[in-house]
Amino acid sequence: MSGVTRADFEALADAVCRAADGVERTTLLLKAESSDFVRFNRGAVRQATQVEQAFATLGVVRGARRIESRVALTGRVDADIATLNDERRRLAKGLDDVVDDPYLLLPETATRSERHDDARLPSAADVIATVARVAHGLDFVGFHAGGPVVRAFADSLGSRHWHRVASFHIEWCCYLAGDRAVKASYAGRDWDEAEFARRVAASAARLALLGRPPRAVQPGAHRAYFEPTAMAELVGMLGWGGFGLKARRTGSSCLMRLAHRDAALHPSVTLAEDTPHGLAPAFTPEGFLRDAAVTLVDQGRAADTLVSPRSAREFGVPANGANADETPESLAMAPGTLREADAAAALGSGLWISNLWYLNFSDRPACRITGMTRFACLWVEDGVPVAPIGAMRFDDSFLRMFGEGLVALTDHAEAIPNSDTYLERQLASVSVPGAIVADWRLTL
Amino acid sequence: MFDSLEAITRRVAPPSSRWSLRAVHERSEQLTVRQDVAQAPQFGREAGAMVTVAHGGGVGHAATADLGEAGLAAAFGRAQALAAASAGRLAFDPESLPAVRPRARHVGPRERPSLAAPLRDKLQLLADACRLAHPDDRIVDWSASLWSTETEQLILTSDGGCIEQQAAQTMPHLQATALIDGVAQTRSSAGQYNGFCQQGGLEVLERAHFATEGPRVAAEAIALATAPHCPTGTMDVLLMPDQMMLQIHESIGHPLELDRILGDERNFAGTSFVTLDMFGHYRYGSELLNVSHDPTRAEQIASFAYDDDGTPSQRRLLIERGVLMRPLGGALSIARAAALGHRLEGVATSRAASWNRPTIDRMSNLNVEPGDATLAQMIESIEFGVLMRTNVSWSIDDSRNKFQFGCEHGQVIRRGKLAEVVRNPNYRGVSATFWRSLAMVGDASTFEVMGTPYCGKGEPSQIVRVGHASPACRFSGIDVFGGHE
Repeated sequence: MSGVTRADFEALADAVCRAADGVERTTLLLKAESSDFVRFNRGAVRQATQVEQAFATLGVVRGARRIESRVALTGRVDADIATLNDERRRLAKGLDDVVDDPYLLLPETATRSERHDDARLPSAADVIATVARVAHGLDFVGFHAGGPVVRAFADSLGSRHWHRVASFHIEWCCYLAGDRAVKASYAGRDWDEAEFARRVAASAARLALLGRPPRAVQPGAHRAYFEPTAMAELVGMLGWGGFGLKARRTGSSCLMRLAHRDAALHPSVTLAEDTPHGLAPAFTPEGFLRDAAVTLVDQGRAADTLVSPRSAREFGVPANGANADETPESLAMAPGTLREADAAAALGSGLWISNLWYLNFSDRPACRITGMTRFACLWVEDGVPVAPIGAMRFDDSFLRMFGEGLVALTDHAEAIPNSDTYLERQLASVSVPGAIVADWRLTL
Repeated sequence: MFDSLEAITRRVAPPSSRWSLRAVHERSEQLTVRQDVAQAPQFGREAGAMVTVAHGGGVGHAATADLGEAGLAAAFGRAQALAAASAGRLAFDPESLPAVRPRARHVGPRERPSLAAPLRDKLQLLADACRLAHPDDRIVDWSASLWSTETEQLILTSDGGCIEQQAAQTMPHLQATALIDGVAQTRSSAGQYNGFCQQGGLEVLERAHFATEGPRVAAEAIALATAPHCPTGTMDVLLMPDQMMLQIHESIGHPLELDRILGDERNFAGTSFVTLDMFGHYRYGSELLNVSHDPTRAEQIASFAYDDDGTPSQRRLLIERGVLMRPLGGALSIARAAALGHRLEGVATSRAASWNRPTIDRMSNLNVEPGDATLAQMIESIEFGVLMRTNVSWSIDDSRNKFQFGCEHGQVIRRGKLAEVVRNPNYRGVSATFWRSLAMVGDASTFEVMGTPYCGKGEPSQIVRVGHASPACRFSGIDVFGGHE
C-alpha cells in the first residue's frame, strides 16, 4: 500500500477548500500514513499489523470565529469529498454559536511548499524473515515501523503544502537476563539487510560486559557520561513547556530562572529549533511557513522563544513557526569539542549512561528533573568500562548539570528521530551530542 | 453506524480462516476557555475497523477506515498476508485462543448526552467556570475545558460472535496558575491530565462540582505560591484519591499486566518486578490492601460488558488481604502463561486504543477497595506527616519498582491536626515494599471514582482510558521531600 497520493490530496483540497456556506476561509490539514508494524518478543513475532489511516482536520473561519473537526477518511476520494463537504456545512452552522476569538491569527497570503522523499523500504515479510535469521539464539525483543507518512495543508486562499517522507525505524533490545539488556536501533530510508545484521551482532557483542557482576552504585554525586540517546531524554524535557512564549509570560516555564538571568547554562550550550535539518514539515498546521531556525539558548543564555500564532496575537510579537503547544519539533543542541572516541578516557572513573527512562520534573521552577537509568549503563574505571550498574534514580537540576556541572560536549551531534507511535508515527527529532557531567545526583 | 457491517464482513471474510473484526465509531468534542477567551471548538469523528486473521500457524492484523465491501476485503487480504509471513514464527500458539460466540449488546450510562447539548450552552458553562477561577491578578493563567466522547464498538468473529457496546465519556477540567513574587504554582480540579473522567453525559459535571470548583482551585494556587516547601524526612503520608489513582496506576496496575510479565514490553514500556511464580502467595501489601479489577461499576470510565477480544467481564480481586492473586491478563496472555506451565486466572482486560491498534493487556477499572477509617481518624493518628493531593509528577523504573511521585498540594499534619499548606510535596519509594507500609484505609466516605484518559503503552503505542477508584490511604515511614530553594 502506498497511502494517500498527492493527486488525492489535491482533489480533496480543490473540492473542499472553498469560501462557501457563509464561511470566509476553509482549511484542510491531512495526516496520513500507510504503516507496517511488527513487534517481536524472544525473536518471535508477537504482533504483525498493517494500518491504513488518513485523518483530515477541517477548519472553517468567519471573522474571528473558527471551528475545527478531525475526520477519518476512507481513501475513496469521492466519498471523502462528500464527507468533508457535509462536515464543512455542519461546522458553518456551528459558527453562529461561537464567540469571537481575539487571538485568532491565520496566514494572510497563500504559500506553497513541497517535500517528497522516496525510499527503499523492507516489506513486513522481509523484516520478519530477517529477524528470524539474524536474531537466532538471542533474546531479541523489538519493534519495526515502516512506510510513508504524509502531512499536507491546503486552504481557500490557495495555499498548498505537501510533505511526504517514507522511512523505516526498527528498535530492539538484546537481553542477557533479568533487566540487563543492550538497546539499539536502525532507521533510515534505504533498508540494508547487511547493515541491520551488523547492528544486531554489535548489540549482542555488548552483552558480554553485562554478564559481569554488577557494580553497586550508592546514591550521591557521580561523574557521568551521557550517550546521545540519554541526552535526547534530558534535553527533550526542556521542550515540555520550557521554550514557549506563553509559558514564559505565565511564569510556568521550567526555564524561568534562565529567562530571568538568575541562572545560566555553560557557555558551550546552544540550543535551536532547527527545522531545515529535522524531519518535521516546513509548515505549521495553520499553514504558516516555519522560520528556518530559532535560537532558544545562545552560549548558555536564554535567547528566543517558540511563538505560536495565538501567542503572537496575544503578546504582540511575530510568530516564528511554532506549533500551538509551542513545543520544539526539531530541537538541536550544538556539539562541543570532545572527540567521541575520547569520551571514556575523559570520563576517567564514573558512570556511562546509555539510556534514561521516565523523566519528569520533580521541581519545575528549579528545572529539577528525576528519572531512571535503563539498559546498558556501565561503571567505567580509569577510562575502561568494567561492570554494569543496576537501575538507579536521579534527581538533579538541568541548570546545574549543564551549567556548572558540564565538563564537555562531544564533537558530533547525533540525529535521533522520535519513534513514538501514539495515534500516528511522529516526524519530530532531536539532535544532540554526548556529554560529561560532574556530580550527577543519584537518589535511590 | 454499523447496521450493514455484519453482513458485509461475513461476505468478504476468508471462509477457511479464523478471523475477527473490531469496528469502532467515535465522536468527540473538545471545548476550552482559557483566560476567559473561548478557543476554537474541536470536533472529531472517526470510524474504522481492525481485522485479524489466524491461518496456517500465523496471525495478521490490518486496519482500515474504509468499511465498504472493497475496503474490508482489502484489509482481510493484508491480514492474511501477514498471517502467512508470521506462520511458524509466532510468540504464541494461535490455536490456544478460545472461541468468541456471544451475541450481546451493552449500553453504558448517559443521562444527559453531552454531544447533543447546544454548543452555545456548553461554551457559556465553561466561560462561567473559567471566570470563577480568576479572582484577581495573582492568577496569571486559568482555564476550563470539557472533553466529551461517544464510542460505539462492534466485535464480529468467525465463531458467530456479535457484540455491540456503546459508551459515553465526559472529562471536565479546571486549572489556575498563581504567580506571586516570582513563584508560580498551578492547581487543578483533579490533576492536570483530566483525573476526573467518568462515563456519562453532562451529569458527570455535577459529580465533579464543575460549576463551583473555580474559586477553590484559584485560592489553593494562591496559597501554594506563598507556602513553604514541603518538609524533608521519613514520615507518614496521607494520600487522597486523586494521588492514590496514580499510585495504583503505576505501582500496581502496570506491574500486574501479564504481557509485561511475559516480556512483550521490554523494548518500550518495560518489564515487571512481578514474576509468573508469585501469583497465589506473594505478599504485595499489608493485610489492609484489597485491589479489584472492576469493569462493572457503571459510572467508571473503563466499564464494559466484554473486553475488546470479546471476553465477558467480571469483577475480580487481584490482590486480596495483601496477597497477589491474579494478573491483568486477557485470554491470549493467560494461554501463553499456561504454555509456560503457569495456570493463572486472568480477567477480561484485552483492550485497544481504537480501530487502528490491535489489542494488548491493559488496565481497565483498577480500584483499591475501601476500608473502615474516617478521614478524621487517619489525620488524628499521624504525629507528623503530610497530606498530599493531586498528582503532578510521576516517574518509575522500567520494572515498576523504584518510583518518585509529586503532588500539587501538600498540607502538614502535626500532632493529629492539619497544619500549614506546603508546596512541591514529593515522595519516593519501592513498589515491592511501599504497599506493605499501608497503615490505614479510608472508608466509603473518602472513596472517589477517578481515572486517566492517557494511559500509554504498546508497540505501536496506544493511549487508553483507565479508571481508578480509591479511598484516602495512610502509609507509614515514607521518604518525603520538597522542592529546591
